[in-house]
Amino acid sequence: MANAAGETAPAILAANRISKSFGEIPVLFSIDFDIHPGEVHAIIGENGAGKSTLIKILSGLEQPTSGTITYDGQTVTLPPNGEAEAMGIVVIHQELLLAEHLTVADSIFLGRELTRNGFLRLREMREQAAKILDTLHVHVDPDARINTLSVADKQMVEIAKAISRDARVLIMDEPTAVLSVAETETFFAQIRRLSAKGVAVIFISHKLDEIMELADRVTVLRDGQLIATVGNQDLTPDSIAQMMVGRELSNLYPPKHEPDVDAPLLLSVTNLSAPGLKEISFELRRGEILGFAGLIGSGRTAAAEAIVGLIHRTGGAVELRGAPVNFTEVSQSVAAGLAYMTKDRKGKGLLLNVGLQPNLTLLTLAKHMRSGFLDGKSEVKALDRAVRRFDIRARDASVRVGQLSGGNQQKLMLGKMMESEPEIIIMDEPTRGIDVGTKQQIYHIIAALAAEGKAIILISSEMQEVIGLSHRVLVMREGRMAGVLEGAEIGEAQIMRYAAGIKQGGDDERISA
Amino acid sequence: MSVSAHETGKPGRSFRIDLKTAGPLVALIALCIIGYSLNPAFLSEGNIANILTRSAFIGIIAVGATFVITAGGIDLSVGSMAAFIAGVMIIIMNSAVEAFGVSIWTVLLGCGSSLILGIGAGFINGFLTTKGKIEAFIVTLGTMGIYRSLVTYFADGGTLSLNSSAREIYRPIYYDSILRIPIPVWVFIAVAIIGWVLMNRTAFGRYCMAIGSNEHVARYSAIKVDRVKTATYILQGLCVSLATIIYVPRLGSASSATGVLWELEAIAAVIIGGTMLKGGFGRVGGTVIGALILTAIGNILNLTEIISNYLNGAVQGVIIIAAVYLQRGSLRAGKRKAAE
Repeated sequence: MANAAGETAPAILAANRISKSFGEIPVLFSIDFDIHPGEVHAIIGENGAGKSTLIKILSGLEQPTSGTITYDGQTVTLPPNGEAEAMGIVVIHQELLLAEHLTVADSIFLGRELTRNGFLRLREMREQAAKILDTLHVHVDPDARINTLSVADKQMVEIAKAISRDARVLIMDEPTAVLSVAETETFFAQIRRLSAKGVAVIFISHKLDEIMELADRVTVLRDGQLIATVGNQDLTPDSIAQMMVGRELSNLYPPKHEPDVDAPLLLSVTNLSAPGLKEISFELRRGEILGFAGLIGSGRTAAAEAIVGLIHRTGGAVELRGAPVNFTEVSQSVAAGLAYMTKDRKGKGLLLNVGLQPNLTLLTLAKHMRSGFLDGKSEVKALDRAVRRFDIRARDASVRVGQLSGGNQQKLMLGKMMESEPEIIIMDEPTRGIDVGTKQQIYHIIAALAAEGKAIILISSEMQEVIGLSHRVLVMREGRMAGVLEGAEIGEAQIMRYAAGIKQGGDDERISA
Repeated sequence: MSVSAHETGKPGRSFRIDLKTAGPLVALIALCIIGYSLNPAFLSEGNIANILTRSAFIGIIAVGATFVITAGGIDLSVGSMAAFIAGVMIIIMNSAVEAFGVSIWTVLLGCGSSLILGIGAGFINGFLTTKGKIEAFIVTLGTMGIYRSLVTYFADGGTLSLNSSAREIYRPIYYDSILRIPIPVWVFIAVAIIGWVLMNRTAFGRYCMAIGSNEHVARYSAIKVDRVKTATYILQGLCVSLATIIYVPRLGSASSATGVLWELEAIAAVIIGGTMLKGGFGRVGGTVIGALILTAIGNILNLTEIISNYLNGAVQGVIIIAAVYLQRGSLRAGKRKAAE
């Protein structure tokens, strides 16, 4: 299945046998990619498949280790730091990069303001901004401050900005992840309008249905390899999913041991609400792994943080071993045997500028005190234990944690959590950005913890991981529970249907696949 | 290779940091040699005692500042706070003399009120930064102005003087020695040791470093961030009150000129000592040496004619910038040396 569409016009932007390594870790292997004017080209793949790296290379933010980029038929080296914008290649990042305090018009002209004799031509910029917004049929006041806009409107401002820069190639990283259904529709109309004008649009998405609807061609990546580039007419959601997953899963995940049906209930959450979270209810038994699936921003992290007291709940109840609890600080939940392992290991999980030992014991320093003073020997012992148990590899203990590989950081963070001897562990994206070998180790650790009788909530955006490990899967969408899957129901298609909103509702509406 | 238990202790770590740790100490020794060569009187017992006693004020305050800065904060109010506490102490002691006559209790009352004021002032700074969610720079800039203006108001623009008979009792705290070491130096030594233990051997010190290095990580690691941060300001207030207690008997007075620029000297001592201004890494030992370096510079300029004493601030400024440059550039410098 090779290029099926767009053979007529020459490619505007093409990658030829692009490879990329970070240090010694290869992330892309000899990728071919091209896009024609007016084409909408989707890139899909699991997390860590190399999608983001590919678009970074296509926009000049990263340079390929080998291979070439062709733009307009000429081999070019794209300038770094977003200077490729001047050439007509514009990227809209997932976390929209807008200065919150500027106005819409300011934002659209940021970095290329219209001036006369060194002074800003404010009125002209306003008028032009209004004109661009008009052509997009976007109803946003050019004088409105960015921080007063909805996410969808902010995205429209980004698009307006791209248009004002005469974008010829528009690259978007998960543009619809933060949009509601209605907003997505408007957004699609926008994209169609742009492609009708001859703009080439590249976008990353996890939502199979919207790829089917919008894309002319789809490029599938898996583990840094190009699997296929396929025309839309040759696609079904199933065939995409198959290409995305591909690998044999049997040895990656340990066998599942179902928890006893009469295992004691450890955690019970009823109608939990918090900012970004609406009426979540579930139960968790001893020895059980409950997967939390859903798209990025669907409220899974909010649920975890509301349970452990990192964000304040606005309603609902949490019961731990039958007793109602309302944690307002992490120290309380840790003391109660409930640990939360953040997904942001660099920003919230670990101190990057110190060594392994202070990181490992930070959560549980009280354990290493003798008559009010820290007992260094006891800390050393703890590190030794954790290193053996979780196979943490470091040159020596004085290495700053920031220099460890992602996998070792993750294992260290796991060690840090387990130091508090929790009965319930909430793991948020425990394998984000780490290599397959370490992933497998972590999967076995998770399964072993469950077999020991710990109860585990596994939040993950990697569907295969949720499917491969969980006894039950709770799918979230836009801050709500979209559905709960058990046993044989747990499958990619089923999870996707709930996560993407094709299928709605709770237990009563549940239909077997 | 995995880490083994025996490698995880100090040996591996110490060598690397030792170079950095030694930096301020080497600078101090160099300064002493320069001082001695310019004027041998620099190393006379009297002069050394003088340097140590004078560095005690800034040094004690700087030990407190080490905690505030390590935890990612800053306290600009310490100089004004010292003046304010000194002023109120004198007022309280003078009224006590009027009411009950002079006794040792007069001085104890003054010291007690100093401690309470210091702790209270520190708590206000801490409370406003944590619960009020205002940047420490702004809060302490505000309280700095408030305390300075209050002491000027109490002194009615002039000087508050301690009752002479009370001063007679109080005098020895500054001027007397125990085992030939002046009392202020003993206090400095005690504060430094307690500070060092607190920073390096207790959970509190570890928490300060964690918060200064990444507040999110600290919060996610079950650390009561607000409480620890407030505690650093209280500790700072306590240090200021101790410094004031040994400062008041020196002149027996307080005015709007008391403690001017102490905050900057304290911060300079902390930075010269190797603590990072952005937080996350604090060294009490370094701070002590930093305070000694600052005092020694002024002392050397007093003892020699080469550079005018009026340039004291300029020399200190050069030293601060040079110290930080060397700490930041230590890696590059190390490589260059290795290549030679």
